[in-house]
Amino acid sequence: MSKILEIKNLTKEFKEFTAVKNVTFDVDEGGFFSILGPSGCGKTTLLRMISGFIKESKGEIIIRNESMSGIPPEKRPVNIVFQSLALFPMMNVRENVAFGLKRQKLSKSEIDDRVSDMLSRVSLQGFEKKKVTELSGGQRQRVAIARSLVMKPSILLLDEPLGALDRKLREHMKIELKLLQKELGTTFIYITHDQSEALVMSDKVAVMNKGHFEQIDTPRNLYKNPKTAFVAGFVGESNRLELKSRDGDFITTKDGWKLEKKGLDFDPEVLYIRPEALILAPTEDLIDISRFHVKIRTILFDGSNTKVSAIESTSGAEILISLPQNAKFENLKEGDTVEVGINYDDLKCY
Amino acid sequence: MENKKGFNITFYLLILPVLLWLIVLIVLPHLDLLISSFQADSDSGAKIFTLENYTAFFKSKIYWLTFINTAAYAIGITILAFIVTFPVAFYLTKVISKKYASFLALLLLIPLWVGELVTVYGWMILLGDHGVINEFLLYIGLIDKPINMLYTNFSMSIGLLYISMLFMVVPVMSTLESLDDSLIEAASDLGATKWTIFTKIIIPYSMPGITSGGIIVFMLVIGDYVAPDILGGKSSLWFTEQIYNEFLSTFNWGEGAAFGFLLLMISSSIIWLALKLTGQKLERVGS
Repeated sequence: MSKILEIKNLTKEFKEFTAVKNVTFDVDEGGFFSILGPSGCGKTTLLRMISGFIKESKGEIIIRNESMSGIPPEKRPVNIVFQSLALFPMMNVRENVAFGLKRQKLSKSEIDDRVSDMLSRVSLQGFEKKKVTELSGGQRQRVAIARSLVMKPSILLLDEPLGALDRKLREHMKIELKLLQKELGTTFIYITHDQSEALVMSDKVAVMNKGHFEQIDTPRNLYKNPKTAFVAGFVGESNRLELKSRDGDFITTKDGWKLEKKGLDFDPEVLYIRPEALILAPTEDLIDISRFHVKIRTILFDGSNTKVSAIESTSGAEILISLPQNAKFENLKEGDTVEVGINYDDLKCY
Repeated sequence: MENKKGFNITFYLLILPVLLWLIVLIVLPHLDLLISSFQADSDSGAKIFTLENYTAFFKSKIYWLTFINTAAYAIGITILAFIVTFPVAFYLTKVISKKYASFLALLLLIPLWVGELVTVYGWMILLGDHGVINEFLLYIGLIDKPINMLYTNFSMSIGLLYISMLFMVVPVMSTLESLDDSLIEAASDLGATKWTIFTKIIIPYSMPGITSGGIIVFMLVIGDYVAPDILGGKSSLWFTEQIYNEFLSTFNWGEGAAFGFLLLMISSSIIWLALKLTGQKLERVGS
């Protein structure tokens, strides 16, 4: 696949601090690329540099083999969907979507064709005359996307556009956005602090922290094989245990919990364990696993996401374990002691 | 039940001052004026009902010409107030930081503390034949005799503009404050030039503020007496001076009252017409 966007050593320095530090990455044509990071990590600054609203201190932005340096936002082949959506409240749906096309001085019939085509693609036909203030959250969202997409941008930038929606609608829009992107084939660069949004929708996710990228990978790899402690802690849910020492194939946590972990060639400082990587009552024939006993402290029922909070018997370390909702563990209750196992591979040490 | 009663008593106590204010100071005097506007003295000196006070306005050319002159100036000054204050309001709300903005906005209000009469005399000092401006121009040699600025329509317009434009700044600032900066960025992202952003986004967005500011300025100017009387001098044709003369020079209270009501009705009609023409609704104005 060809590269639609190349970012080379991009840096943005403000007076007091450096918001983006020497970031380099490529985005494939037609891909859904997410930049995931906590608030204040510099992701919005990065997006605003790509769109041209702020000027980079160092580095280069190349879109379709063309350097963007010195090109103002209105001339770049990118469009942005703002966090606040920024729909023009004094215009109706049609006028909002037609706004950019009118600036290009296209003929009225072409504008009409493209606007109604785009509105039908986002399932908003018949809403042309509605005021944007009369629309629901999801509909406003789609107007904002249609208004940008009708410009046929090379890249569509989305700045946390689902942030203002309620939970149900957000879940729904995630799927809708992903399908829309697949159908249109436009390259999306999506900015979010919500890891679930990034994992569900993207082909590739870059995890950003304090101005630099920690890891760029597919959602699955990011989850399965986090390269840094930050990624392990930020993406998905994890038990975080600080480590004290290593003795050959054994590691000991600060609480004094000794675990077998084969194949380590450095002294790690911190251990991450996913709740679902812990196997309750492992069978005897499982190999390459660490085994230990825990006492159930409480059961946190949450449907398919149910977990138990448990205490490891030897050290008192507190861990969360996923509880599969099947008949086998139906009778588990507070105070029970169960054996738990974990694959060496699932003990993520940094 | 008792609770509800208690609420009612508080409610009436709270609304009483407002009702008193409205009835004693506004409704009653106006009713009195309305009655005298339909009255004239008969030959025997008794009060009789008549429409003559109103027809006098249309019969005599000087009266309605004065009114047209007044209305035209009021409209012009309203437009000028918008042109002068919009950049100020934009600068205060969108360009500089909030910290300085509130301080500068406070500075803007200082002329209000001084009072209209004093500011008008201030303009006399500036614009007179031996005023600050003329003396300065003479001193640098740009002119060799003073320009006559005072007691002209020019000085009157400046005075009216100065005392009224603050009432344009405040509502415009409050609508501009609610304008999300990302609207401007979105427009620029969609390829709009600065001029297009101004005419298609910023102005339409601030229209409710501009309209309510416009109504206040227009009403203040058309009903103002001090600035036209002092700065406009003898040559100014201002309708409030006409009313003043009816009451205090010719002692024709009936005609004075009628003219007062005509001013109220015609200027309200002008505002209604302007709202219709620009497609604005009164309910939205000022919000």
